[in-house]
Amino acid sequence: MNGAEAVMLEIQTHLRARAGESAIIGPDTNITRDLGLDSLAIMDFIFDLEDSFDISIPMERIAEVQTLADLAKAIEVLQKEAA
Amino acid sequence: MSSIFDKFAPLQEQHASLTALGRSPADIEFQEIISPTEATLNGKRTILMGTNNYLGLTFDDEAVEAAIESLRTEGTGTTGSRIANGSYDGHKELEKELAEFYGMRSAILFSTGYQANLGAIAALAGRDDYLLIDADSHASIYDACRLSDAQVIRFRHNDPQNLARKLERLEGTSGSKLIVVESIYSMLGDMAPLKEFIEIKKKYGAYLLIDEAHSLGVMGEKGRGLCEQTGLEDDVDFITGTFSKSIGTVGGFLVSNLPGLDIVRFVSRPYMFTASPPPSVVASARKTLSKIAGATDLRKKLWDNAGQLYNGLKAAGFELGPTLSPIVAIRLSDSEKAIALWNGLLDAGIYTNLALPPATPFGWYLLRSSISAAHTPEQIALAVDVCSTIGRELGLIAVSNRKNAEEMQVNGAKTLNGASEKRPFSTSEPESAVPTRAGAPVARA
Repeated sequence: MNGAEAVMLEIQTHLRARAGESAIIGPDTNITRDLGLDSLAIMDFIFDLEDSFDISIPMERIAEVQTLADLAKAIEVLQKEAA
Repeated sequence: MSSIFDKFAPLQEQHASLTALGRSPADIEFQEIISPTEATLNGKRTILMGTNNYLGLTFDDEAVEAAIESLRTEGTGTTGSRIANGSYDGHKELEKELAEFYGMRSAILFSTGYQANLGAIAALAGRDDYLLIDADSHASIYDACRLSDAQVIRFRHNDPQNLARKLERLEGTSGSKLIVVESIYSMLGDMAPLKEFIEIKKKYGAYLLIDEAHSLGVMGEKGRGLCEQTGLEDDVDFITGTFSKSIGTVGGFLVSNLPGLDIVRFVSRPYMFTASPPPSVVASARKTLSKIAGATDLRKKLWDNAGQLYNGLKAAGFELGPTLSPIVAIRLSDSEKAIALWNGLLDAGIYTNLALPPATPFGWYLLRSSISAAHTPEQIALAVDVCSTIGRELGLIAVSNRKNAEEMQVNGAKTLNGASEKRPFSTSEPESAVPTRAGAPVARA
């Protein structure tokens, strides 16, 4: 499993905890539209990811994210910047 | 054909469904303002319990006279910004008085409290800097972040450890770090753990700005707010505040003891590109501000009143915010019952605020009230009584709490007058949440 796959897997684990096991979760899933999560739940989800990856995700980066693939990519970039 | 307003359809629906259930909070209209605590609403005499008029000074005779005198001598408005069109004496005097009041080097006046946060934060944190904001921040703080060129990092509400972790990750970066917190949070009335935040700020060499909007005149021996009450004024770099709550008019300010603050006037767009406060507003703000330090009796009355409402509602069985403060919020999870309670109170002549997700923590529906020193124990007892009756009818509280609440009503004023009533100024409220631009921008009242 490469780094990108590991990031996606971790994102999916956290998301299932919030959106439910039955939620259809893939790279093209739109975070605000497809999951039935309100903006508060999404913010808590972002906090989970920050803890999990030990990175801070600035708000302006979140604003650019639409799909889970976008999110995974943003996290990878932030991980590289932090390294 | 599509309309530019189509995108607001979900919002329109929410507004329409509120109206269908009685009224929409946005449609509330007061005809006659009888006093700081009473107005007529659709002809009905109504007790105002959601107006942030903490000290009840909106009808202070001297403040009213000062405004009238200023209107006659200086006119109705300045018709321009201070940078482009000059300052009036009153602007300069009020800034001097604010700096003196806080015992700090300088103060800058803004036209509203919203603009004070917007203008201060966006100017102080520029490109290459970092803004670290509490997740439960007021809309003015979130909007300041959008106006600023700084990177914006949120930390969990009132969670110093989460803030520390985020500052730790920034070690080695060159930009300034500005932490932004509020003294009393406007929705639940909970307070920032200031001591812990200051320890972290010092450890990581960050700056701290605190918005004392809801605590000016309310906390501290001389009414300077949470920083004064906790004895931490020397450790706070910037304070913002508003005249639209305890000061009873409109306007905002930034104060600081750091040398060089005045440069903010030349970089803060919300300061530069808006009309300066009208002279009559400045005159009444000056008069009222001059009374804040000495308003010890009003502060005591305010906290006694807050205790009567908070403890009365608690005894009745309602779930409230974590801390006793002049903001008393009933937490509800059922939207229809929350709306019914709010409407029921209005029908009985009691005005409170209805706050809906996503502007509320944890997605709660909040019936929010702000108490005033001008409320009478009878008005508060009536509010508790009506609230409890409707709450029982709606099944929000158990019938068995009735006796408990009635005893509290009888004993309330007496027991709460004692010094034993502790006023906590920090809370260990668990993390909370506010929407992000990934969803909708935050809008805290």
